[in-house]
Amino acid sequence: MNILTNKKVIISLLIVLGIVFPFIIPNLYYLHIMTLAFIWTIAVYGLNLLAGYTGYLSLAHGGFFAIGAYVIGILTVKLEMGFWLSFLLAPLVTMFIGLIIGLFALRTKEHFFAIYTLCVGYIIYLVIDKWEGLTGGVRGLIGIPLPEAIGPISFQSPTAQYYLAFIIFLLVVAVIYRIVHSLTGRTFVAIRNSEDLALSLGISTKRNKLLAFVLSTFFAGLAGAMYAGFIRFIGPEIAYTTITFDLLTYMIVGGIGTFAGPIVGTFLIVIISQNLQFLQDYRMLIFGPLLTLLIIFSPRGIVGFIQMQLYQRKRKKQESLAYKNREEETNAGG
Amino acid sequence: MELLLQQLFNGLTIGSVYALVALGLTLVYGILHIPNFAHGALYMVGGYITLIMMTEAGLHYILAMVVSICVVGLLSVLMERLVFYPLRHSPPIQDKVAAIGILLFLEALAQFIWGADYRQMSTPFGQVVEVFGLTLTLQRILIVFAAIAVMILLYWFLKKTFTGSTIIAMAQNREGAQLVGINTHKVAILTFFIAGALAAIGASLTSPINLVFPGMGHLVILKAFVIIIIGGMGSIPGAILGGYILGFTESLGATYLSADYKDIIAFVLLILILSIKPQGIFSKGGV
Repeated sequence: MNILTNKKVIISLLIVLGIVFPFIIPNLYYLHIMTLAFIWTIAVYGLNLLAGYTGYLSLAHGGFFAIGAYVIGILTVKLEMGFWLSFLLAPLVTMFIGLIIGLFALRTKEHFFAIYTLCVGYIIYLVIDKWEGLTGGVRGLIGIPLPEAIGPISFQSPTAQYYLAFIIFLLVVAVIYRIVHSLTGRTFVAIRNSEDLALSLGISTKRNKLLAFVLSTFFAGLAGAMYAGFIRFIGPEIAYTTITFDLLTYMIVGGIGTFAGPIVGTFLIVIISQNLQFLQDYRMLIFGPLLTLLIIFSPRGIVGFIQMQLYQRKRKKQESLAYKNREEETNAGG
Repeated sequence: MELLLQQLFNGLTIGSVYALVALGLTLVYGILHIPNFAHGALYMVGGYITLIMMTEAGLHYILAMVVSICVVGLLSVLMERLVFYPLRHSPPIQDKVAAIGILLFLEALAQFIWGADYRQMSTPFGQVVEVFGLTLTLQRILIVFAAIAVMILLYWFLKKTFTGSTIIAMAQNREGAQLVGINTHKVAILTFFIAGALAAIGASLTSPINLVFPGMGHLVILKAFVIIIIGGMGSIPGAILGGYILGFTESLGATYLSADYKDIIAFVLLILILSIKPQGIFSKGGV
C-alpha cells in the first residue's frame, strides 16, 4: 500500500512538473529539447511494446517513424491537406503498412526477424532517399504547416507546441498502461516467455504477435507525425538506421520490457546528450559501451535494476519479519 | 556483349568480397548462433588499419594488410571474450543488442580518431591490363584471385587440419564436441579470430576501388546477412555461393535495371526468400 501511494505521488509530481516546466525554465531551447523528448518517448514505447513485451526485436522502427513523418509531409505539402486530418491519417497509414509488412515479417523468428526488419528498415530508407517525385529525395520536404488553431487555442508559440506534445504523450502513456495491464498485454508477455507454451495454452500467437507489431508501428507513426509537425522539415536521414539504434539505446538504458523504462531512458539520454553537446557525433563513444555493459550486467536497464533492488529489499524485510515471528512463537511456546 | 562480360567480371569482384565477409559471419553464427551485427564494424576497422599503415607508417600494401588482419583478428577475439562470452547463457535478444552496442562504439571511435571524411586508398596494383578485350585493373584481378586463394586455404584448414575440424565439430554439435574433449572456449576464440581476419582481408582488398569511411560497413554487413540467409545460416559453401550470386545479381541489376536502386536488390531478394521460407533456404530444420 505504501508503495502504491508512493507511485501515485510520484506520478502526480511528474505531471505537475511537466505542466509548470515552461514557467520554471522559460528557455526556448530547453522547451524544444523537452518537446522532442516527449516525441521520442512515444516512439520508444512503440518499440518496447514489441521488443520488450512480446520479445521480437524489430530493427525497422526508425523506418516506420519516418513513414509517419513522410505521410504527414506528403499530405500537407504535396496534396495541401489540412494538418489535423493528415495528422490523423499518418499513424493509420503507417499502421496499415505495418500490417502488411508484419504479415510477412512475423513468419520469421528471433535472428531472422531482426535481420528481416533491419532489411525492411533499409528498404524504407532507400525508397525515401531515391523516390524524388514523392519524397523530394535527399532534399526532403520543407514547409510542413503548423497545426491549425482549434477554437481559441493556436499552436504558434513553442509553449503551445510543448503542451500539445505533452498532452499526446500523457495520452499515449495512459493507453500503453492499459494495454500492458490488460489481458492482451499479458498475452504478449506470455509469447515473449515461451511461444510454444503460449500456443499450447490456446493463445493465438500469430494474431497477438501481429497485434503487437501493428500497435508498435502505430506509435512509431504517431511519433513521426508529431516530429514532422514540430520540426516542419524532414529529410531521408530520419529513416536511417541511426534513428532505430537511438531508439533502441533509449529503450535498453531505461529498461526493456518495463513500463517506466522508455521515459527514464529517453529523458536521461536526451538530457545527458544536451550536456555533452561537444560530443554530438561521438556520443556513441559513451552510449555504445553503455548499451553493451548494461545488457551484460543489468539486462533490464535502469528501471529493471531499481525494481530488482526494491524487490530484494522487500523480500529481506519479509524474511526477517517471518524469522522474528517464529522466534516470538518459540519464546511464547517455551 | 562486351558490356555484359565487363559486368560479369565486376560481379565476380564484388561477389568475392561479399563471400569473404559472409564467411566470417557464417562461421561465428555456426559456432555461437549469434548474428554478429558488429561484423561490419570490424570490416570498417580493417579498411582503416590498412589505410593508416600505408599512409602513416609507410608500409607496403600487402604488409599493411597483414598488420590489419592481426589487429582486427585480435579485436574480434577481444569482443568475444569481453562481450559474447559473458552473455553465452542469456536470451538471444541480448546478444543482438550487445553486438549493436559494439557496432555503434567502433563507428564512433573510427570517426573520432580518423574523421568522418571519405578517404581514398592507393594501391601498387593500379595498372590497367587487357584480357580478352576487357579492360581490367590489376587490383580487381587481385581481389578475385586473393579471395579465391583465401577460401581454398580456409577450406583446407577446416577440412584437413585437426584444429580446423574442431571448429566444424563444434558447429555440428556443441555438447558432442565437449564430450570428445574439445575445448569449446578455444574454438570460439579461434573462430572469432578467423572471422575478424576475413573481414580485414575483404575490406583491405576492396578499399582501393571503393572508399574508406566510418559507415563503409553498413551496406556490406547487411548484404552479408542476406547472403548467409540465402546460403543457410552457418553453411560455409552456402556463404561462398551466396556471395557470388549476390555479386552477379547486383552488377547485372545495376546495368540492366536501375543503378539507383541496385542496393535494394539484395534486400528485396532477402525479403522474398524469407517471406516464402521463413527459415531461409537450405536450413537444417530448426534454429
